[in-house]
Amino acid sequence: MSATTYAWLVLAFPLAGCLVNALGWRSLPPRAAGWIGTGAIALAFVNSIAALVAMLDKPASGRELTSSLWTYASAEGLDIKVGILVDPLSVFMILVVTGVSMLIHLYSISYLESDRGYSRYFSYLNFFVFSMLLLVLAGNFVLLIVGWAFVGFASYALISYWYRRNTATTAGMKAFVINVIGDIGLVLAAFFIFRELGTFDYLAIFSSAPQQFTTNEGVVVAICLLMLVGAFAKSAQLPLHTWLPDAMEGPTPVSALIHAATMVTAGVYLIARMHPLFLQAPTAADISAFLGLATLIFAATVALAVTDLKRIIAYSTISQIGYMVMGVSIGGYVAGLFHLMSHAFFKALLFMAAGSVIAAMGGTQNIDRMGGFRRALPFTSALLIVGALALAAFPGTSGFFSKDEILAFAYERGGFYVILAIGGYVGAFLTAIYAFRIVFRVVYREPCPEARELERGHLAHAEPQNPLTGEKEDTDVGFPGPEHQIAERARPMAVAMAVLGVAAIFGGYIQVPGVDHVLDTFLEPTFEDSPLFRDIHVPTGTAWAGLAIGGVLSLLGIAVAYYVYVVAPQIPERLRTRAHTVYTFLVNKWYFDELYDTVVYRPVIAAGRFANTVLERVVVQGIVTAAVDAVRGVSVIVRGAQSGFVRAYALLLVGGFAALGLYFLIVSS
Amino acid sequence: MDISWYLVLSALLFAIGAGGVLIRRSPLVILLCLELMLNAGNLALVAFARQHGDQDGQVFALIVMVVAACEVVVGLGLIVAMFRRRLPLNVDEMRDLRG
Amino acid sequence: MVAVAFFAGAIGAVAGAIGVIALRNPFYSVLALVVHLVALAGLFLLLYAQFVAAAQVVVYAGAVMVLYVFVAAYVGAVEEPIWEPIPGQRFLAPLLAVALFVELSIAILGTALSSIDTEGPTVPAGFGSPEAIGNLLLERFLIVFEAASMLLLVAAVGAIVLAGRPSPGGSSASRPGTAGEEGS
Repeated sequence: MSATTYAWLVLAFPLAGCLVNALGWRSLPPRAAGWIGTGAIALAFVNSIAALVAMLDKPASGRELTSSLWTYASAEGLDIKVGILVDPLSVFMILVVTGVSMLIHLYSISYLESDRGYSRYFSYLNFFVFSMLLLVLAGNFVLLIVGWAFVGFASYALISYWYRRNTATTAGMKAFVINVIGDIGLVLAAFFIFRELGTFDYLAIFSSAPQQFTTNEGVVVAICLLMLVGAFAKSAQLPLHTWLPDAMEGPTPVSALIHAATMVTAGVYLIARMHPLFLQAPTAADISAFLGLATLIFAATVALAVTDLKRIIAYSTISQIGYMVMGVSIGGYVAGLFHLMSHAFFKALLFMAAGSVIAAMGGTQNIDRMGGFRRALPFTSALLIVGALALAAFPGTSGFFSKDEILAFAYERGGFYVILAIGGYVGAFLTAIYAFRIVFRVVYREPCPEARELERGHLAHAEPQNPLTGEKEDTDVGFPGPEHQIAERARPMAVAMAVLGVAAIFGGYIQVPGVDHVLDTFLEPTFEDSPLFRDIHVPTGTAWAGLAIGGVLSLLGIAVAYYVYVVAPQIPERLRTRAHTVYTFLVNKWYFDELYDTVVYRPVIAAGRFANTVLERVVVQGIVTAAVDAVRGVSVIVRGAQSGFVRAYALLLVGGFAALGLYFLIVSS
Repeated sequence: MDISWYLVLSALLFAIGAGGVLIRRSPLVILLCLELMLNAGNLALVAFARQHGDQDGQVFALIVMVVAACEVVVGLGLIVAMFRRRLPLNVDEMRDLRG
Repeated sequence: MVAVAFFAGAIGAVAGAIGVIALRNPFYSVLALVVHLVALAGLFLLLYAQFVAAAQVVVYAGAVMVLYVFVAAYVGAVEEPIWEPIPGQRFLAPLLAVALFVELSIAILGTALSSIDTEGPTVPAGFGSPEAIGNLLLERFLIVFEAASMLLLVAAVGAIVLAGRPSPGGSSASRPGTAGEEGS
């Protein structure tokens, strides 16, 4: 079978899993939904590997394969097919997506075991994977937008999965609205492309764009900026990032899958895929790179201050995606995608470990209340440390090689891109600090009461409450289930985490500078049309120098964290009081939410209220009421003739007769 | 006398009857005014019969008389029914058809 | 001679008519109508309608008016209120009546109908006699005749129903029906 057939199967299995779970949940055995979902993704993963093998069978130049199922719309000048594009980039993406999704599904089987909405969860999750795969495999803009929108919906459905929680539904709505803003950008970009180039098909666009556009022509810059709006909304970059921390209201596996490994990487994928257009609009690419840098540093600073465990990891995600966006915008496609892959591994792992810790804490997510789980949760702690090491780019881990490859590329590109490299290193230092902030808080120090209980073998059970507001809750439908699972006791969770741990440590060895460049060779057919890809090669010496700097910064950051959180734990408290304004600024996430509230939300609500009170109530209602009153007025007048007096009727009768007679007299004279 | 005299007389009587129907309030008197109008019609019919030299008009007038008799019967029955039920004998009081 | 008779009849008819509409006491109105009817009978005679005149006196003035007399006696005098509830009726009614008369007169006097201005053709001897009318009724207008008698029957039944004496549970026309008719 050909690679494209395997690709269609990759799409079909998650969709089938979703439908089976959604439609058949009443008739299936109680906890079968989880295994069906996981099995569907596992089959998709197997088929992705088959697609990879089938594609590698072909010569390097023949690896851009298209296939379409049917023609969606065909009219004068318009030809849209339901078609996929199977090339190295999309195969890379489907491997990452299906691989990580499979492990997360496995983890979820035990994590959400006692939840009443189990089947709903797995059908949503399968639908999400299907949409993400559709987005990645799409061969034209229409299917891309379809996948994009589906992914946004799946994210909304999963964030507000515990739908009886007000905070969760609000967060879901916020995510969806910001996603829609991104959708508008993407759709407008598609319209512009169609208007300029007359087609939606990727390969046709990429071949005709260099002829049609001159570099930095207004239209192409506009197209790229609109696509950036879409990419930034989906990938939670500045300024459209505010939804991601709130999205932590969803279950932890959801955070792992959607908001770390897959959906938020859709923006990175988009920029990489559209690289021919971005080559035509270097201005847009530069804007993208610098916004990526800004995001990176901003998120790292906030992650130092917030106290909710999942939100720290969320800001870490925003920061790391800043690296990826920076990488693919300046031409380091392979570096950015490599970081995408390794980030998927260690970020998913971190979330899984966090889920285990939160379960041990009985639902609390505040790291100031956690501590000393070293003995109580040995397996989880070990893997948490592994994930944190990879995040901090400790020498030898996957994060180490991938992050520094981006920074080395930036340095090599020269000019003012060196600023990106410097900023990236500063961010790496901060990353190491906050990554080990988590570790030292959670794993070391004196054991907290819940940890002590767990050492005695008893899992802490707090009253169900909302982790953000402390509101009392229930464990019925729409709320989290009563049981909490930790990795030490639940085999599926442990297996998933172990696999990711191995990948996080050893995944970097496929791109060691000077030793091997597996990804470079693999992704070459997609990116060889880009001069940035072809011409800029980081010399091995520079690469190792960069790696050395990165390693040193990482160790330094870990040391600082060790000092601040373990050796002298009174320092954070003193810093909080001394640098009070800075601390408040950081904890309030640089006041972005408040800014948007004032600048966007309030005016829109005020406009809506105005429209309601003035336009709706006065104008529209007024017109309708006036029409009704006019009719009523006329009818009152007409009703005057129905007085009930017989003599009045007789009068009208005689009067009418007289008038008629008069008429006839006049007519006949 | 010319036929037209009879016809004008008939018109006059008809107009008087119509005015009476509109002015008076007692149902009994209204019925009487209706009789006036019917008889004016009868007069016109008989005059035309004379004009044509044909007796059809006279037969018509007889039948009109029959109809008038029937109508009187029913109308008086109504008035008696009203009186029996102690309703005021005033057509202005019968306003239930008010819209 | 004929003119004198005509004017006598005409004045009598008009006087009777005005009496009907103007007299306050309904009993007097009935009597005025009787005068009117007799005057009309006279006019019928002038028009060679003997049978119709006789029927007018016997049936109309003799029977129908007697009915009126009975009912007027039964009902008694009715005080008609002075105040006119319908705005404009007092003013419009005579106006319209006059307008009606004027229009009809114009129509009659200005008509192009032939022989309106004449006395009519010479008529044969039995014109308007009971014999002639009887023949017509039973030959040409037989169905009409029968229909008229049916009408009389229906009217008689209707009158009985309408004015029926209330029985111990209410009159036959007004006895309340079963559940559905209350308050209708």
